Amino acid sequence: MTNTALEVRNVIKTFNIEGGGTINAVDDVSFDVKSGEFVALVGPSGSGKTTMLSILAALLTPTDGEVLIDGKDLARLNERKRVKLRREKIGFTFQSNNLIPFLTAEENVNFMLRLNGKGNKAGRMRSAELLARLGLSDRLRNLPGQMSGGQQQRVAIARALIHNPALVLADEPTASLDTERAYQVVETFANLIHENERAGIMVTHDLRMCKYVDRVLKMQDGKLVKIIEDKEEIEKLARGE
Amino acid sequence: MRTFFLAFYLAIKEILRNKGRFLLVSLVIALITLLVLFIAALGEGLADGNRQYVANLDAQLVVFLEKSDYSISASRLDTNTIRAVRRVEGVADAGEIFTSTSEIVSLEEPLSISMLAAEPGKPGMPPTVEGRPFRGGEASEAVIDEGVALQSDIKVGDEIEIRSTQGTEDEFFFLKVVGLVPKQSYFFQPTIFVPQATWEKMRPQPAADLNDSTPYPNIIAVKLENPAQVELMKERLETQVTNIEVADIETTINNIPGYTAQQSTVQTQGAFTLLIGILVIGGFFQIQVLQKVPQIGVLKAIGSSNGAVGLASVIQIIITTAMGVGIGGGLTYLFSLSFPPTIPLAFDGTRSILAVIALLLIGPLGGMVSIIYAVRIEPLKALKLA
Repeated sequence: MTNTALEVRNVIKTFNIEGGGTINAVDDVSFDVKSGEFVALVGPSGSGKTTMLSILAALLTPTDGEVLIDGKDLARLNERKRVKLRREKIGFTFQSNNLIPFLTAEENVNFMLRLNGKGNKAGRMRSAELLARLGLSDRLRNLPGQMSGGQQQRVAIARALIHNPALVLADEPTASLDTERAYQVVETFANLIHENERAGIMVTHDLRMCKYVDRVLKMQDGKLVKIIEDKEEIEKLARGE
Repeated sequence: MRTFFLAFYLAIKEILRNKGRFLLVSLVIALITLLVLFIAALGEGLADGNRQYVANLDAQLVVFLEKSDYSISASRLDTNTIRAVRRVEGVADAGEIFTSTSEIVSLEEPLSISMLAAEPGKPGMPPTVEGRPFRGGEASEAVIDEGVALQSDIKVGDEIEIRSTQGTEDEFFFLKVVGLVPKQSYFFQPTIFVPQATWEKMRPQPAADLNDSTPYPNIIAVKLENPAQVELMKERLETQVTNIEVADIETTINNIPGYTAQQSTVQTQGAFTLLIGILVIGGFFQIQVLQKVPQIGVLKAIGSSNGAVGLASVIQIIITTAMGVGIGGGLTYLFSLSFPPTIPLAFDGTRSILAVIALLLIGPLGGMVSIIYAVRIEPLKALKLA
């Protein structure tokens, strides 16, 4: 846990609102995430966590401030370079509709390597190994429609990690799962983040999932209002105390 | 190059894993292909039926009576005109053509025909592919075209009976079939060729014409020494020969009564079918893209370029369209085998080739909107992160 994979400096994102005026969906937020660190971004609806995640995913440009992934400032990149950064440096899992429906589990994971020009035999073997590690060795040739929600999320996790990105982002990865599956998925995610020395950020409204993270960033009204680093305090939060 | 391979991979995988959906679109394209090819073949067949004899003339120019507006039936030339035309410098050869209609009645069902007279070996008389040309004078001999043979089973060596209305009476004439020429349809009817004097004796005519046994040609087909000098020779002929007007073959065809109007109608039908095809295909692909918005959003969010997403759509559209046109072409061929020869369908014309090219373009044209839509999808909105 030494290198800083992500640096967020005084980021502001302003949106125009209907009928005139503006609103700061993200308001002067700063934080770092180191390689091998798994962070939860929590907060109520409208707190700005999804906007923050979109900025970190290079899908949205901040109005002001800096976002550095592996030292590269997102705001200074044109669209083409942002696309390149997304496929090389970022891994992403979404709430739902995560996988390409006409690709098998193995193909979905391997697609990330294809995108990066590494979709060779060795890449296919790595994909299969990672999926086996996630307990999906018997599902390699299954299409997403033939898998449960939890299995699909695990495939998405494998896809987010297969190309060794600097930053792995997860948007409500447990939203469509039952409690047991949700715990399994987040635990696996956390283990892989730690083992592979990636920086991981999970946006979640389900505080129970925080039991697997190293740090909790709490947002409210666009501001970063609290950073919880103490393990005991995180566990209390996860228990709802 | 990587973008192309990635797009090709996505396109092929999606088609293979959604065979039913893409086959359905291909079948719709196949039906449109069937319709367009039949309209094209009908247009070609109708055009052939009308113009085939004129289009096959071994000549570059056609001489008409002055002010006949290049209408073959309205033109009736003086008997001296042929000599004057042959004397003009640059004319390689010229042949008189006499036209009328008649009926072969020595069959179970009478067969309407175009009865033409032309001089063997001269422009206007096609070479025989079987038998021999007829003799001159008033020989009771005829050369039939393959259209007559196909529709009646008449063969070289047979005798045929012709009915002709002269004055107010029906007259009957017997002719021996001595030769066969390739299909020479004229005015939608198969053709027989007879000697000039025989033609004059047999042609339907009003009572007033019966006392005059001189055959007057309708037109003269002119073969040039230099086929490239059409305009120059047209002007020279009109200057040096009195009481004539001269047209090239294309003008002659376009002035065949009803030809232009008929072709415009068929072409308009074809164009509208293609237009409807573009709209239908466009609708299909647009619905497909709308269903795939989240999937395209994921692709873009994980780092696929707009180029790869757009190209994948283009490749899918091209493959689906090509499959549809292929299936449609095959169906058209199978259907065409079941049509009797009397229906004017011709699939070997440039019109069919143009129709196939146009059909291959309707997919990409129809899918253009969906491709642009796919490229413009914003991953944030597609993934409902906005």
